[in-house]
Amino acid sequence: MPEFKPKTVYVTYIASTPEKVWDALTSSEFTRKYFWDRSIELERKLGGDFALLLPDGTANVRGKVIAWDPPHKFAVTWHVEWPAEFSKLPECHVTYELARAGEAVRLTLTESHSWDVPDAILSGGRSGWPAILSALKSLLETGKAPAIKMEPPVAMIEAIRNLKF
Amino acid sequence: MNSTGSSFVYVTYIRTTPERLWQALTEPEFTRQFWADTVQDCDWKVGSSWKLMIPDGRVADAGEVLEIEPHRRLVLSWQNQFKPELKAEGFSRLVYSLEQQGEMVKLTVTHQIGRPGSQFIEKVSGGWPIILSSLKSLLETGESLEATRRWPEGI
Repeated sequence: MPEFKPKTVYVTYIASTPEKVWDALTSSEFTRKYFWDRSIELERKLGGDFALLLPDGTANVRGKVIAWDPPHKFAVTWHVEWPAEFSKLPECHVTYELARAGEAVRLTLTESHSWDVPDAILSGGRSGWPAILSALKSLLETGKAPAIKMEPPVAMIEAIRNLKF
Repeated sequence: MNSTGSSFVYVTYIRTTPERLWQALTEPEFTRQFWADTVQDCDWKVGSSWKLMIPDGRVADAGEVLEIEPHRRLVLSWQNQFKPELKAEGFSRLVYSLEQQGEMVKLTVTHQIGRPGSQFIEKVSGGWPIILSSLKSLLETGESLEATRRWPEGI
């Protein structure tokens, strides 16, 4: 089993309850609103299947549930299936941890990798997660998720093309 | 972090305008709400001194304005004044960058210091996420996060 090391960590505080944040992370009704219209498909148990689906049903990401402790910790293996040229990337681990912080919830997102990932590839998650989790926070606090447009991750795509595996 | 320095970068997207966000970052009636009841003593010109004041009048951090482009970019030099071991690390550099993107403003906060393994950067890395989360709440809902409205006791 290779060792997965945290490479990207993002922390946000949300005026909500751990249960509501948990629902927002694990149900499609919410993910469609803040995660660029993706649905989450989830077997709600350790070892269960996990997927993020595009609106047309194409799998964007697939993986397995590796931590399931509602409403505290949720982790999955994360293999990008689409776009196809991203699928040669080794899977990473994505972990969400929730903790009460006064009247708010501290949500910590950690992306961990088993290999020496170039910064250009990490830049995809480093620009994506703040947008996704900012939209999640807005959705839970105001009832409305903003549309956050992102440029295509040009540096990441280029780095993936240049990978020697 | 790289081999010659330490840095912390935080990005958040806020449903507001660059003008309102700028006001929130610089004016005391806003900072008191999302930044632990602190105010900044500064006249916001290049070369001006900058101080972060806690409610009892002590100076928590001090520096000067290095660059200012209203509603877009603010660069400060920043030295902790409280803890001898943090003060001894010298001046850090803080950059706020504001960028309109549709109905949102992308705020990037970069805090750097020219030494590896900085305790100061480790300290601020723990503080910025809650302060900036509270700033986003304040601008989007009218209410900051409760935990950021007071200066912590005993500090």
